[in-house]
Amino acid sequence: MADGRYFGDGLTYLNPSDLKGKLIAVEGTDGVGRSTHIEMLQEWLEVQGYGVITTGWTRSNLMSKTIEMAKAGNILDRWSLSLLYATDFADRLEHQIIPALRSGFIVLADRYIYTAFARDFVRSGDRNWIRDVFGFALIPNLVCYLRIDVETLALRVIETTGMNYWESGMDLRLGTDLYDSFKKYQSLLIDEFDKMAEEFHFNVVDARKSPEEIQEELRGHILPVLQGHKRVADAAPLQA
Amino acid sequence: MSEQESTRLTPHPYPGKLIIVEGIDGSGKSTQLLLLHKWLESKGHKVFFTVWNSSDLVKDTTKRGKKTKSLTPTTFSLLHATDFASRLYHHILPPLKAGMLVLADRYMYTAFARDVVRGVSPDWVRKLYNFAIKPDMAFYYRVPIEVAISRLLRGTRGQFKYYEAGMDMNLSPDVTESFRLFQSRILAEYDKIVNEFGLLTMDATQDIETQQEHMRTLVEEALRSYKPRRGTYGRRTLFWRRFDVPKSE
Repeated sequence: MADGRYFGDGLTYLNPSDLKGKLIAVEGTDGVGRSTHIEMLQEWLEVQGYGVITTGWTRSNLMSKTIEMAKAGNILDRWSLSLLYATDFADRLEHQIIPALRSGFIVLADRYIYTAFARDFVRSGDRNWIRDVFGFALIPNLVCYLRIDVETLALRVIETTGMNYWESGMDLRLGTDLYDSFKKYQSLLIDEFDKMAEEFHFNVVDARKSPEEIQEELRGHILPVLQGHKRVADAAPLQA
Repeated sequence: MSEQESTRLTPHPYPGKLIIVEGIDGSGKSTQLLLLHKWLESKGHKVFFTVWNSSDLVKDTTKRGKKTKSLTPTTFSLLHATDFASRLYHHILPPLKAGMLVLADRYMYTAFARDVVRGVSPDWVRKLYNFAIKPDMAFYYRVPIEVAISRLLRGTRGQFKYYEAGMDMNLSPDVTESFRLFQSRILAEYDKIVNEFGLLTMDATQDIETQQEHMRTLVEEALRSYKPRRGTYGRRTLFWRRFDVPKSE
């Protein structure tokens, strides 16, 4: 990321211009298959000799337990929820993402700041505050958006993990039960993702296709980003 | 939410009153707020009290982050904002909306001073707190650094804590010296904030009673048009129940 830039008011104590790696974000709503595809992408890239790390939403050392506890309590207000995500993201950005990019790794991010934008927007109707909060985030080299319609998504989620309180946005009281609430909440999220897809130029991938086709498309978007990117097979392993 | 319409810059619409104190460690602001609390209750007001970085939601996380020394200026700042958001939502807004008095020991100005000294962008941290509400009264207890140091060293604490002394900033290997350098920079930031947000500067070098008398005069004046509201009769009798004592450290 020789042209590394911050989204807004950045980290004044960290210059992003000397980051050698590439930051690739995979966005999309709950249950759309992001994690599976990221695993496959990592395998594909590593076979080619690229150093890869993945980073997942709410998976920071500092915050993962706190967020689980907070969500278990179901008493979160809009600001605290968004700020917990922001803290988690900042911890991963400074302790994982930036060090990895500095060493020339490819960072695959399972969800990025746009997830926080969508979730905050459907709760507040305000886009500015959350975008200001995440001003310190690096702009990714590439954002792939796995797009799905809510009908297919509902079927898929019921068949696999089942619907849960937060994925159904039950805190918003949008429907009388988990299913109704899920559909309304996820529709709102998908609408907002669609708007951001235009605003931030996401690469939209139709997530209703077969996993093989989706993977093929994702790789097609990633290849040009890697043009001229040196493989780092000989780089020292990164301490996560 | 643009700068102009942010709730943190315009008077809040609620019937209650929010009074906050700011100042560096050792300025005596907490003592002054405690005495004000006692006085307001003695006048029959129902008073709520909240202190910086005390919400159940993030206190343990901050503690863990401090212990492992893994906090960065940005995560430090965000954790405190999360704590503030949680307390605003649970402890500050309900009594204010109900028309009661809320006292806060430190407010968003602490973040504007301290987090900026730690290295976050001044613009960013102000926007971060755009959801905050403007206090009805904001006191800044101004004290020279040497007075604060001698108070803290004489006092019950005896020595400075790691983050309170800004040891994470590698200003000096000596804790007292680090505290002096770090808190001096915070004092300089506070001086800017006082003008930017119109805080009431109080001379924190005076003796406790003189300061308290001054504070009570100003608060009495500000509360002249305030109509007290409470749901229960009479005064609370047990002094020690009136405060939110932090659970074991």
